[in-house]
Amino acid sequence: MSDQDVINVINLCYLVAAILFIWGMAQLRRPSTARVGNRVAAVGMLIAVVATLFDREIVSYEWIIGGIVVGGIVGAFLARKVQMTEMPEMVAVFNGFGGAASALLAGGELKRLYDTGGAIDSDVGVTIALGTTIGALTLTGSAVAAGKLHGTLSSNPILLPARNVLSALVAVATLALGALLIWATQDGGFSETSTLLLFAGLVVAALLLGILVSIPIGGADMPVLVALFNSYSGLAGAAAGFAIGNDVLIIAGALVGASGLILTSIMTKAMNRSVSNVMFGGFGQSGADVTSDGEARPYRTMTAEDVATMLAYAQSVVFVTGYGLAVAQAQHDLKALADILSKNGTEVRFGIHPVAGRMPGHMNVLLAEADVPYDQQLDLDDANRQLENTEIAMVIGANDVVNPQAHSNPSSPIYGMPIIDVDKAQSVVVMKRSMASGFSGIDNDLFYLDQTSMLFGDAKKSLKELVSEEDELIKKG
Amino acid sequence: MEQLITALTIFALATFIGYFVITKVPPTLHTPLMSGTNAISGIVVVGALVVAGAGESGLSQGIAIAAVILAAINVFGGFLVTDRMLQMFRREGPGA
Repeated sequence: MSDQDVINVINLCYLVAAILFIWGMAQLRRPSTARVGNRVAAVGMLIAVVATLFDREIVSYEWIIGGIVVGGIVGAFLARKVQMTEMPEMVAVFNGFGGAASALLAGGELKRLYDTGGAIDSDVGVTIALGTTIGALTLTGSAVAAGKLHGTLSSNPILLPARNVLSALVAVATLALGALLIWATQDGGFSETSTLLLFAGLVVAALLLGILVSIPIGGADMPVLVALFNSYSGLAGAAAGFAIGNDVLIIAGALVGASGLILTSIMTKAMNRSVSNVMFGGFGQSGADVTSDGEARPYRTMTAEDVATMLAYAQSVVFVTGYGLAVAQAQHDLKALADILSKNGTEVRFGIHPVAGRMPGHMNVLLAEADVPYDQQLDLDDANRQLENTEIAMVIGANDVVNPQAHSNPSSPIYGMPIIDVDKAQSVVVMKRSMASGFSGIDNDLFYLDQTSMLFGDAKKSLKELVSEEDELIKKG
Repeated sequence: MEQLITALTIFALATFIGYFVITKVPPTLHTPLMSGTNAISGIVVVGALVVAGAGESGLSQGIAIAAVILAAINVFGGFLVTDRMLQMFRREGPGA
């Protein structure tokens, strides 16, 4: 085969890989086909990598095979070891690695172009600068996000003095260095060394920018940030694809970029925020008094025994779970309770708000891990339809996402936020440690409704009590 | 320039396809979607392989091999953890 034939075959393999990526992702539209879809995409990746190894520009194999083996072992180890509660950190770290790999690829390509002595096209210069900038800021931004999610860094917004001025200065420096780098690749007046120094400067500026934009963002907003960097990691890859003229990188990068942007928009809508509001606003800092007028309002409490009796006679129950459930490690106890109720003839469903976990879809994974079937897991709209004909709604470890103030109080910061309307159910049981308000510090009107009862205590302990009470009640018949 | 326009065309069309495919993914699967896209963004490994294997200079090779390692972590870690999650998603019913 001539060199051109080899290139054609490799490019055809890339086309097959791109088709398999899209097809695989399309299979994610149903839980029943999703696993196959993921494997289809993995086959696409295998085809792309194997085809690349036949590229005649590749002359030495020891290092690249070694690189794949090392990366493969580390990746497989992380994939097996990670706890499902740690998935947000894992995805954040992978976003960062994706960004870093693209920035490194852009840098390696720049150096290689100098080595081979070829002229650098202006658009290649632009895409190298873009890929480097997005990739580098994704690396440090994701590292900060992972640190905050993991608790290594404080999840509170870290507000540097004059942070907006500082961020603006670094952003301008990044843009200037990027522009200078593009110019340097075009102008023979710059030596190779000074161009590479410019590249290094751009990397440093973008790394700094990634830190500056993410440290002021609070822990509760991390899902938005992680989704945004997910998108950036794809866009950095696409930019690197432009730089090296590789279509499969462009296609895959565009897919990932689109995916991350869609998730970002879903999350901001679910939180009643905008991206700029997340990036620049200090949520929960305003101190605006949106709570009651200081008077303690009356509320009703129930014992686990009362709740168990109520549940035993209910035709239908919807559990609305929040991250508090996972913090208490109580998913399995909830599943045990749900099983007893199901066996007793109660229709059991789980209502899941998009921001229930710490990343999009996180709560679904945590419930799936506890063996809750996916067809019992309702999204926001389905949960609200179901609740109109539900006897008991039980709120566990969730607060703001069930607060009717989102509908009723225009001065509330959560006004307009889509919520799960548990108040539509005939009765509501809220499991909570105490009357303390949620992360946003907003009082929850739900607690004071006539049909609402509070069951105080640790979620895991209360659920265990409910399970044993229920066992006895149902045995007695 | 011609190459750039072709590349932009591909990028725009792929973004559209991505938009229509991803909007069909239900919220239940958004976490596996994100870890799966992590794996797919590991495709930069193919670019890094060429730069690293070309062996033009120690510096470009060293940078590219670092890129190969990071991208390979994403590919293996992303696909494997997604598979691990998706196997937990079961339908309601006896024996499930």
